[in-house]
Amino acid sequence: MALTNEIIQQKLTDKFGEQLSYWDQPYGMLTFVAEKDINVKVMQFLYDDAELGFTFLTDLQAVHYPDNKGAELCVVYHLHNLRYNVRIRFKVFTDIAKPDVFTATSLFASANFMERETYDFYGVNFVGHPNLIRILNVDEMDYFPMRKEFPLEDQTRIDKDDDMFGR
Amino acid sequence: MSRPVQYNNTVKFAGIPEGYMGDGFMATSFEKVVGLARKNSIWPLPFATSCCGIEFMATAASHYDIARFGSERMSFSPRQCDLLMVMGTISKKMGPILKQVYLQMAEPRWVLAVGACASSGGIFDTYSVMQGIDQVIPVDVYVPGCPPRPEAILDGFMKIQELVHNESLRRRQSDQYKELLNSYGIQ
Repeated sequence: MALTNEIIQQKLTDKFGEQLSYWDQPYGMLTFVAEKDINVKVMQFLYDDAELGFTFLTDLQAVHYPDNKGAELCVVYHLHNLRYNVRIRFKVFTDIAKPDVFTATSLFASANFMERETYDFYGVNFVGHPNLIRILNVDEMDYFPMRKEFPLEDQTRIDKDDDMFGR
Repeated sequence: MSRPVQYNNTVKFAGIPEGYMGDGFMATSFEKVVGLARKNSIWPLPFATSCCGIEFMATAASHYDIARFGSERMSFSPRQCDLLMVMGTISKKMGPILKQVYLQMAEPRWVLAVGACASSGGIFDTYSVMQGIDQVIPVDVYVPGCPPRPEAILDGFMKIQELVHNESLRRRQSDQYKELLNSYGIQ
Protein backbone atom coordinates (compact mmCIF):
# COMPACT_ATOMS: atom_id res chain seq x y z
CA MET A 1 0.00 0.00 0.00
CA ALA A 2 1.33 3.35 -0.98
CA LEU A 3 2.19 5.88 1.65
CA THR A 4 -0.33 8.72 1.50
CA ASN A 5 -0.29 12.08 3.22
CA GLU A 6 -3.32 11.04 5.26
CA ILE A 7 -1.52 8.02 6.71
CA ILE A 8 1.51 10.13 7.61
CA GLN A 9 -0.63 12.81 9.22
CA GLN A 10 -2.62 10.19 11.18
CA LYS A 11 0.49 8.46 12.50
CA LEU A 12 2.11 11.75 13.50
CA THR A 13 -1.04 13.00 15.20
CA ASP A 14 -1.37 9.72 17.12
CA LYS A 15 2.18 10.09 18.33
CA PHE A 16 2.55 13.81 18.97
CA GLY A 17 -1.02 15.11 19.15
CA GLU A 18 -1.39 18.82 19.66
CA GLN A 19 2.33 19.49 19.42
CA LEU A 20 2.00 19.46 15.65
CA SER A 21 -0.18 22.06 13.99
CA TYR A 22 -0.91 24.05 10.82
CA TRP A 23 -1.34 20.97 8.64
CA ASP A 24 -1.40 21.83 4.99
CA GLN A 25 -0.74 20.25 1.61
CA PRO A 26 0.51 22.93 -0.78
CA TYR A 27 1.01 21.35 -4.21
CA GLY A 28 0.37 17.98 -2.60
CA MET A 29 3.31 18.16 -0.21
CA LEU A 30 2.42 17.51 3.40
CA THR A 31 3.53 20.43 5.54
CA PHE A 32 3.18 21.11 9.25
CA VAL A 33 4.62 23.08 12.12
CA ALA A 34 6.17 21.39 15.12
CA GLU A 35 7.06 22.80 18.49
CA LYS A 36 10.73 23.58 18.45
CA ASP A 37 11.65 21.31 21.38
CA ILE A 38 10.50 18.18 19.59
CA ASN A 39 12.06 18.70 16.18
CA VAL A 40 14.56 15.88 16.58
CA LYS A 41 11.95 13.59 18.13
CA VAL A 42 9.68 14.11 15.13
CA MET A 43 12.53 13.35 12.75
CA GLN A 44 13.56 10.31 14.75
CA PHE A 45 10.00 8.99 14.69
CA LEU A 46 9.70 9.60 10.97
CA TYR A 47 13.04 7.86 10.50
CA ASP A 48 12.47 4.83 12.73
CA ASP A 49 8.86 3.98 12.01
CA ALA A 50 8.81 1.01 9.66
CA GLU A 51 5.92 2.32 7.64
CA LEU A 52 7.02 5.97 7.43
CA GLY A 53 10.74 5.52 6.78
CA PHE A 54 11.78 9.12 6.07
CA THR A 55 15.47 8.31 6.04
CA PHE A 56 16.74 11.13 3.86
CA LEU A 57 17.15 14.79 4.76
CA THR A 58 16.79 16.62 1.45
CA ASP A 59 17.22 20.12 2.71
CA LEU A 60 17.34 22.27 5.77
CA GLN A 61 17.16 26.03 5.85
CA ALA A 62 15.76 29.01 7.67
CA VAL A 63 13.35 31.84 6.94
CA HIS A 64 13.17 35.16 8.72
CA TYR A 65 9.72 36.63 9.42
CA PRO A 66 10.52 39.96 11.09
CA ASP A 67 6.85 40.72 11.83
CA ASN A 68 6.21 37.41 13.55
CA LYS A 69 7.12 38.67 17.02
CA GLY A 70 8.52 36.07 19.39
CA ALA A 71 8.90 33.50 16.59
CA GLU A 72 10.84 35.39 13.97
CA LEU A 73 13.09 32.60 12.78
CA CYS A 74 11.69 29.52 11.10
CA VAL A 75 13.78 26.42 10.44
CA VAL A 76 12.42 24.22 7.66
CA TYR A 77 13.22 20.54 7.24
CA HIS A 78 12.56 18.65 4.02
CA LEU A 79 12.42 14.87 4.39
CA HIS A 80 12.18 12.21 1.75
CA ASN A 81 10.89 8.67 1.83
CA LEU A 82 13.02 7.00 -0.80
CA ARG A 83 10.93 3.83 -0.96
CA TYR A 84 7.62 5.45 -1.86
CA ASN A 85 9.16 8.66 -3.19
CA VAL A 86 7.14 10.80 -0.81
CA ARG A 87 8.34 14.13 0.47
CA ILE A 88 7.24 16.07 3.52
CA ARG A 89 8.23 19.36 5.03
CA PHE A 90 8.00 20.61 8.57
CA LYS A 91 8.91 23.82 10.31
CA VAL A 92 9.87 24.95 13.77
CA PHE A 93 9.72 28.56 14.88
CA THR A 94 12.04 30.21 17.35
CA ASP A 95 12.55 33.59 18.98
CA ILE A 96 15.30 35.59 17.27
CA ALA A 97 16.56 36.77 20.65
CA LYS A 98 17.26 33.17 21.64
CA PRO A 99 17.56 31.19 18.40
CA ASP A 100 18.34 27.79 19.93
CA VAL A 101 17.20 24.76 17.98
CA PHE A 102 18.32 21.19 18.54
CA THR A 103 20.71 19.86 15.94
CA ALA A 104 19.76 17.10 13.52
CA THR A 105 23.35 15.95 13.09
CA SER A 106 22.87 13.00 15.44
CA LEU A 107 20.33 11.61 12.99
CA PHE A 108 21.54 12.88 9.62
CA ALA A 109 25.25 13.47 8.99
CA SER A 110 24.25 15.64 6.05
CA ALA A 111 22.72 18.12 8.45
CA ASN A 112 26.21 19.17 9.50
CA PHE A 113 26.98 21.48 6.58
CA MET A 114 23.37 22.53 6.11
CA GLU A 115 23.12 23.67 9.71
CA ARG A 116 26.43 25.49 9.42
CA GLU A 117 25.08 27.31 6.37
CA THR A 118 21.84 28.14 8.17
CA TYR A 119 23.83 29.44 11.11
CA ASP A 120 26.04 31.42 8.77
CA PHE A 121 23.19 33.27 7.11
CA TYR A 122 20.48 33.39 9.77
CA GLY A 123 22.30 32.89 13.06
CA VAL A 124 20.26 29.91 14.17
CA ASN A 125 22.14 28.35 17.07
CA PHE A 126 21.94 24.58 16.59
CA VAL A 127 22.38 23.15 20.07
CA GLY A 128 24.66 20.12 20.04
CA HIS A 129 26.18 20.74 16.62
CA PRO A 130 29.79 19.47 16.60
CA ASN A 131 31.30 22.39 14.70
CA LEU A 132 28.97 25.34 14.39
CA ILE A 133 31.12 27.90 12.57
CA ARG A 134 30.68 29.95 9.43
CA ILE A 135 30.96 27.99 6.22
CA LEU A 136 30.46 30.34 3.26
CA ASN A 137 31.06 33.84 4.54
CA VAL A 138 34.28 35.31 5.87
CA ASP A 139 35.03 34.36 9.46
CA GLU A 140 35.30 38.00 10.53
CA MET A 141 31.70 38.74 9.58
CA ASP A 142 29.80 39.91 12.66
CA TYR A 143 26.24 39.82 11.31
CA PHE A 144 23.88 37.36 9.66
CA PRO A 145 23.38 38.66 6.14
CA MET A 146 20.12 36.95 5.16
CA ARG A 147 18.13 38.34 8.06
CA LYS A 148 15.63 40.97 6.96
CA GLU A 149 17.05 43.63 9.21
CA PHE A 150 19.14 45.63 6.78
CA PRO A 151 17.81 48.75 5.07
CA LEU A 152 17.82 48.94 1.30
CA GLU A 153 20.81 50.69 -0.16
CA ASP A 154 20.85 54.42 -0.50
CA GLN A 155 19.22 55.15 -3.87
CA THR A 156 21.27 58.33 -4.24
CA ARG A 157 24.57 56.50 -4.31
CA ILE A 158 26.75 57.73 -7.13
CA ASP A 159 29.84 55.58 -6.69
CA LYS A 160 28.25 53.02 -8.97
CA ASP A 161 26.76 54.33 -12.17
CA ASP A 162 23.46 52.76 -13.15
CA ASP A 163 24.31 53.01 -16.83
CA MET A 164 27.27 50.76 -16.32
CA PHE A 165 25.71 48.17 -14.08
CA GLY A 166 22.19 47.80 -15.37
CA ARG A 167 20.40 48.78 -12.19
CA MET B 1 70.29 25.35 -52.11
CA SER B 2 68.03 26.19 -49.21
CA ARG B 3 64.34 25.81 -49.60
CA PRO B 4 62.42 29.07 -49.98
CA VAL B 5 60.36 30.01 -46.94
CA GLN B 6 56.79 29.16 -47.64
CA TYR B 7 54.99 29.46 -44.33
CA ASN B 8 55.21 31.89 -41.45
CA ASN B 9 56.76 34.48 -43.66
CA THR B 10 54.92 37.33 -41.98
CA VAL B 11 56.58 36.94 -38.58
CA LYS B 12 56.87 40.29 -36.92
CA PHE B 13 60.17 40.97 -35.21
CA ALA B 14 60.51 43.28 -32.27
CA GLY B 15 62.12 46.55 -33.27
CA ILE B 16 65.75 47.20 -32.51
CA PRO B 17 66.08 49.48 -29.50
CA GLU B 18 67.72 52.84 -29.87
CA GLY B 19 71.46 52.72 -29.59
CA TYR B 20 74.78 53.13 -31.28
CA MET B 21 75.62 50.58 -33.90
CA GLY B 22 78.71 49.85 -35.87
CA ASP B 23 80.41 46.95 -37.56
CA GLY B 24 79.71 43.88 -35.43
CA PHE B 25 78.63 45.69 -32.30
CA MET B 26 75.75 47.57 -30.85
CA ALA B 27 75.60 49.66 -27.74
CA THR B 28 72.36 50.46 -26.00
CA SER B 29 71.11 50.80 -22.46
CA PHE B 30 70.62 47.67 -20.42
CA GLU B 31 67.16 48.86 -19.45
CA LYS B 32 65.96 48.80 -23.04
CA VAL B 33 67.23 45.30 -23.67
CA VAL B 34 65.71 43.96 -20.47
CA GLY B 35 62.44 45.73 -21.20
CA LEU B 36 62.32 44.24 -24.67
CA ALA B 37 63.03 40.75 -23.41
CA ARG B 38 60.54 40.92 -20.57
CA LYS B 39 57.84 42.44 -22.71
CA ASN B 40 57.86 39.58 -25.17
CA SER B 41 58.03 36.72 -22.72
CA ILE B 42 55.44 37.49 -20.09
CA TRP B 43 54.33 34.39 -18.24
CA PRO B 44 50.76 34.87 -17.11
CA LEU B 45 49.11 33.25 -14.13
CA PRO B 46 45.41 32.91 -14.92
CA PHE B 47 43.31 33.40 -11.81
CA ALA B 48 39.93 32.69 -13.35
CA THR B 49 36.84 32.45 -11.19
CA SER B 50 33.89 33.00 -13.52
CA CYS B 51 32.67 34.04 -16.96
CA CYS B 52 35.65 36.29 -17.68
CA GLY B 53 37.69 33.12 -17.31
CA ILE B 54 35.74 31.61 -20.18
CA GLU B 55 36.60 34.62 -22.31
CA PHE B 56 40.18 34.16 -21.26
CA MET B 57 40.08 30.55 -22.47
CA ALA B 58 39.01 31.88 -25.85
CA THR B 59 41.84 34.40 -25.66
CA ALA B 60 44.33 31.65 -25.01
CA ALA B 61 42.97 29.32 -27.66
CA SER B 62 44.07 29.26 -31.28
CA HIS B 63 41.69 31.85 -32.70
CA TYR B 64 42.81 34.80 -30.57
CA ASP B 65 46.01 33.15 -29.42
CA ILE B 66 47.67 35.08 -26.64
CA ALA B 67 50.82 33.11 -27.49
CA ARG B 68 51.42 35.58 -30.30
CA PHE B 69 52.44 38.02 -27.59
CA GLY B 70 55.06 35.78 -26.07
CA SER B 71 52.71 34.25 -23.54
CA GLU B 72 52.66 30.72 -24.78
CA ARG B 73 53.23 29.35 -21.35
CA MET B 74 50.51 29.74 -18.76
CA SER B 75 52.19 29.13 -15.50
CA PHE B 76 50.05 27.71 -12.77
CA SER B 77 52.69 28.27 -10.16
CA PRO B 78 52.80 31.87 -8.96
CA ARG B 79 56.53 31.62 -8.26
CA GLN B 80 57.43 31.57 -11.94
CA CYS B 81 54.97 34.19 -13.12
CA ASP B 82 55.26 37.76 -14.21
CA LEU B 83 51.62 38.66 -14.70
CA LEU B 84 48.67 37.86 -12.50
CA MET B 85 45.51 37.89 -14.60
CA VAL B 86 42.49 38.12 -12.32
CA MET B 87 39.37 37.20 -14.20
CA GLY B 88 36.04 37.05 -12.46
CA THR B 89 34.25 37.83 -9.24
CA ILE B 90 36.48 37.81 -6.20
CA SER B 91 34.49 37.28 -3.02
CA LYS B 92 35.70 38.65 0.28
CA LYS B 93 36.57 35.16 1.36
CA MET B 94 38.77 34.79 -1.72
CA GLY B 95 40.59 38.05 -0.96
CA PRO B 96 43.30 36.66 1.34
CA ILE B 97 43.94 33.80 -1.11
CA LEU B 98 44.40 36.22 -3.98
CA LYS B 99 46.76 38.26 -1.87
CA GLN B 100 48.76 35.18 -0.97
CA VAL B 101 49.08 34.25 -4.63
CA TYR B 102 50.32 37.77 -5.32
CA LEU B 103 52.83 37.55 -2.47
CA GLN B 104 54.17 34.27 -3.82
CA MET B 105 55.01 35.88 -7.13
CA ALA B 106 58.56 37.13 -7.53
CA GLU B 107 59.33 40.73 -8.48
CA PRO B 108 58.91 42.15 -11.00
CA ARG B 109 55.21 41.32 -11.13
CA TRP B 110 52.22 42.91 -12.78
CA VAL B 111 48.49 42.54 -12.26
CA LEU B 112 45.75 42.70 -14.86
CA ALA B 113 42.17 43.01 -13.57
CA VAL B 114 39.88 41.60 -16.26
CA GLY B 115 36.20 42.48 -16.25
CA ALA B 116 33.85 44.59 -14.18
CA CYS B 117 33.89 42.26 -11.16
CA ALA B 118 37.63 42.14 -10.70
CA SER B 119 37.87 45.88 -11.35
CA SER B 120 35.01 47.13 -9.21
CA GLY B 121 32.79 44.33 -7.95
CA GLY B 122 30.59 44.77 -11.01
CA ILE B 123 26.93 43.96 -10.56
CA PHE B 124 27.70 42.17 -7.30
CA ASP B 125 27.31 45.14 -5.00
CA THR B 126 26.75 42.95 -1.98
CA TYR B 127 28.05 41.85 1.39
CA SER B 128 30.03 38.90 0.13
CA VAL B 129 31.85 40.34 -2.87
CA MET B 130 35.01 42.41 -2.85
CA GLN B 131 34.43 45.72 -4.58
CA GLY B 132 37.47 45.51 -6.84
CA ILE B 133 40.67 43.56 -6.28
CA ASP B 134 42.61 46.79 -5.82
CA GLN B 135 41.40 46.63 -2.24
CA VAL B 136 43.94 43.88 -1.57
CA ILE B 137 46.59 44.06 -4.27
CA PRO B 138 47.87 46.83 -6.55
CA VAL B 139 46.54 46.62 -10.10
CA ASP B 140 48.40 47.81 -13.20
CA VAL B 141 45.73 47.58 -15.90
CA TYR B 142 41.95 47.30 -15.71
CA VAL B 143 39.96 45.75 -18.56
CA PRO B 144 36.32 46.88 -18.66
CA GLY B 145 33.47 44.69 -19.85
CA CYS B 146 31.05 42.14 -18.50
CA PRO B 147 32.65 39.98 -19.68
CA PRO B 148 35.18 41.68 -21.97
CA ARG B 149 35.68 40.17 -25.39
CA PRO B 150 38.99 38.44 -26.10
CA GLU B 151 40.03 41.50 -28.11
CA ALA B 152 39.61 43.61 -24.97
CA ILE B 153 41.68 41.18 -22.92
CA LEU B 154 44.37 41.27 -25.59
CA ASP B 155 44.25 45.05 -25.57
CA GLY B 156 44.72 45.02 -21.80
CA PHE B 157 47.57 42.58 -22.23
CA MET B 158 49.23 44.87 -24.76
CA LYS B 159 48.88 47.75 -22.29
CA ILE B 160 50.71 45.56 -19.77
CA GLN B 161 53.38 44.88 -22.39
CA GLU B 162 53.79 48.61 -22.84
CA LEU B 163 54.22 49.07 -19.09
CA VAL B 164 56.74 46.24 -18.94
CA HIS B 165 58.63 47.63 -21.92
CA ASN B 166 58.95 51.12 -20.52
CA GLU B 167 59.46 50.32 -16.86
CA SER B 168 62.62 51.63 -15.30
CA LEU B 169 64.86 48.94 -13.86
CA ARG B 170 64.97 50.94 -10.64
CA ARG B 171 61.23 51.31 -10.25
CA ARG B 172 60.84 48.32 -7.94
CA GLN B 173 63.46 49.76 -5.59
CA SER B 174 61.95 53.24 -5.51
CA ASP B 175 60.42 54.75 -2.39
CA GLN B 176 57.25 55.40 -4.30
CA TYR B 177 56.82 51.72 -5.12
CA LYS B 178 57.62 50.67 -1.57
CA GLU B 179 55.06 53.13 -0.34
CA LEU B 180 52.50 51.63 -2.71
CA LEU B 181 53.15 48.14 -1.39
CA ASN B 182 53.11 49.39 2.18
CA SER B 183 49.67 50.86 1.60
CA TYR B 184 48.55 47.27 0.92
CA GLY B 185 50.38 45.97 3.96
CA ILE B 186 53.01 44.22 1.84
CA GLN B 187 56.64 44.58 2.90
